[in-house]
Amino acid sequence: MSMNPDMILIRFGEFTMKGKNRGKFDKRLEQQVRKAIRAYENAEIKSTYGRMYITLNGEPYEEIAAKLKDVFGIVSFSPIRQVASELETIRGAALEVMQSLPERPSTFKVSARRVDKKYPHDSQEMNHLVGGYVLREMLGLQVDVRKPQVELRVEIQPEGTYVYSSVVPAAGGYPYGTNGKAMLLLSGGIDSPVAGYLGMRQGLEIEAVHFHSYPYTSDKAKEKVIDLVRRLSRFSGAPIKLHLVSFTDIQTALAQAGQDSLIITLMRRSMLRIAERLAETSGALGLVSGDSLGQVASQTLGSMNVIGRAAELPLLRPLITMDKNEIIRIAREIGTYETSILPYEDCCTLFVPKSPSTNPNLTIVQKTEQRIEGLDAMIEEAVAGTELMIISPEIRNVVETAGEDSWF
Amino acid sequence: MMYYFDHCASTPPHEEVIRTMAEVMAKHYANPSSLHRSGQEARNLLERARAAVAALFPGTEAKEWIFTSGGTEGNNIAIAGAARQNRKRGNHLITSEVEHPSVYDTFKALEREGFRVTYVPVDSRGVVSAADVEAALTDETILVSIMHVNNEVGAIQPIADIGRLLKQRRGILFHVDGVQSVGKLPVDPAGWNVDLFTASAHKVKGPRGVGLLYVRQGTAIAPLVVGGSQERELRPGTENVPAIVASAKAFRMAMESQPERAERMQRLRERLLGSIEAIPELVLNGGTEPASAAPHVVNFSYPGMKPEVIVHMLEKHRILASTKSACSSKSEEPSRVLMAMHGSHERAASGIRLSFGDEHGEADLEWLCSMLRKVVEKLKPLERKG
Repeated sequence: MSMNPDMILIRFGEFTMKGKNRGKFDKRLEQQVRKAIRAYENAEIKSTYGRMYITLNGEPYEEIAAKLKDVFGIVSFSPIRQVASELETIRGAALEVMQSLPERPSTFKVSARRVDKKYPHDSQEMNHLVGGYVLREMLGLQVDVRKPQVELRVEIQPEGTYVYSSVVPAAGGYPYGTNGKAMLLLSGGIDSPVAGYLGMRQGLEIEAVHFHSYPYTSDKAKEKVIDLVRRLSRFSGAPIKLHLVSFTDIQTALAQAGQDSLIITLMRRSMLRIAERLAETSGALGLVSGDSLGQVASQTLGSMNVIGRAAELPLLRPLITMDKNEIIRIAREIGTYETSILPYEDCCTLFVPKSPSTNPNLTIVQKTEQRIEGLDAMIEEAVAGTELMIISPEIRNVVETAGEDSWF
Repeated sequence: MMYYFDHCASTPPHEEVIRTMAEVMAKHYANPSSLHRSGQEARNLLERARAAVAALFPGTEAKEWIFTSGGTEGNNIAIAGAARQNRKRGNHLITSEVEHPSVYDTFKALEREGFRVTYVPVDSRGVVSAADVEAALTDETILVSIMHVNNEVGAIQPIADIGRLLKQRRGILFHVDGVQSVGKLPVDPAGWNVDLFTASAHKVKGPRGVGLLYVRQGTAIAPLVVGGSQERELRPGTENVPAIVASAKAFRMAMESQPERAERMQRLRERLLGSIEAIPELVLNGGTEPASAAPHVVNFSYPGMKPEVIVHMLEKHRILASTKSACSSKSEEPSRVLMAMHGSHERAASGIRLSFGDEHGEADLEWLCSMLRKVVEKLKPLERKG
């Protein structure tokens, strides 16, 4: 049995604590919700202090709910029946809500709140009047006022009574872009898109930078990264800038520096320098990477120390203490996993030495860099030659634009 | 002008399909497995075609569809592949008595490999009963294969019901041969809990040599042919990109216009059924209700008359009809499908199939019905009373 909600109650996140910034966050969230559901023209959004309501006006609840789940800043939401403030009608709606739960609970309680004092029964009376009715109609159900499986809420407002129970968890976090902008180092593997997602969920606006080494890497690796950014842009509610950097010359120079075990360290340092330069131009105040402590040689504490020193901007590592399985779970959830595991190599998987250093020596690394002729110039050149793409969910990828439209 | 009433056998390709095929063939000859850009362009086209196909079947994803060379190959891969892959889990298979030879003969071959096969019967309309399928299930059952629409008489099988009952008995794979239903009836493999679903492009105004096989995610089947990683290794060999792209278009056009087509053909079918009923020598094979009989097929018998004679006589009047299915019409045997429906050798040996296409209207039916009367009048003195 499914219920037909009239409204959706949206609950906000932790940013409600943030004093003066509060208004900015609320406004931003409302914009994001508006964007997410703009295809549903009849749905109306109403904001009140600390809460938001969507009146569906016949628009499909399930589809809108699916969109809301991905809006950062929404902690949870509830489908609501709005009925006239008459006891029998409220009771009927309460029963309908209880019977439409995905799993039938064994305990519940009613939490009634009478805001409209003109309504004849007060909150206490309503708890009994509604609860008793539901108990009679649903055999086997019991009341538990301390730890109920389901809390059935009845809010009697001047405009009508809201009846709801199920609380649908959403993404949480902060509205997109309310905590500044950062540059995401996006490799195309499993981790970095997840790091980007978590950064975005924490309110970061993201631009992405990807390093390719054509002809050592294929066009498919680039397409893969475009697909990943496209996927992430579904969460941002705004297009995401993707900076594509040719790393071929730098990589070739580093490979010839005669320090095989340090090559990954050297590459990562140059990447950070380029990313930092791009970040400064874009006004981004941090870098985001998919590093997870100990996962590979470049992600040991020793490596991170030597690599991280190449950049001065804060280096944010959302996955730093996360287990690989947890990262994979999120990747699946956000829909990047299938793309990430496509087998196209990125430039870091090339020239990988047999035994990469897990504890590189900073002095040797710095001296090696000094010995490479024209490294700074190559970095300048890479920054200058960066290709910029603006990616939104609507852009079509190489498969979707293959051939001519008239063939399909 | 010919009156082509043999659309169940094959259909005239759509002009747009021919144009697409020619253009892609001229431009994208590179091998989709080649790494260079031309190869990758061909690969992208192939994947776009796959996505276009998946979009036609709600709840399915591009990666669940493989391109085959046609219905026969699709049925072989699905049935033999599923049976062999799952042999360790059980030795019992279920199909019906009225399947297309590409299904029926595959089961016969599997019997020779040691599988036990139950062939569920049909009623006089040619329809399988879901209860019979359920009754045939054993703990050893690993695969059920039932066609959606029968190719000789157009009987519609209760696929949704069978899918529902198999869902309750987890672990039994469900294959549906949808070659005759795609474009004629609504099809919903994902919604019906179908694991393997076959279709063929040349039945929907597409080119020969392309079929679809839906392999639901998580369904393991053993390949029949080896030698390449194309099509998830289930159908190795260089992909026929121009025909595949053209087929995706043909499927789209056929499926988008399916409701109007079904309605129009249903009117033609009712018209023809009325005419057959008015000719006492002829007897209709198959159901009369839209729920159990597809709109595009009519099958009748002239007991005591060799069906080839009728086909040849009709052809003199520029009407092209079929005896049995085109795939088995050369043998002298009576139709296995009609035998299963009626048990009468005489009736099963004299079946004629007429099947409609998009070009047919009232005038074509007018001609067909009057010529049918004329042919029977002429043949009447030659009846063999047995």
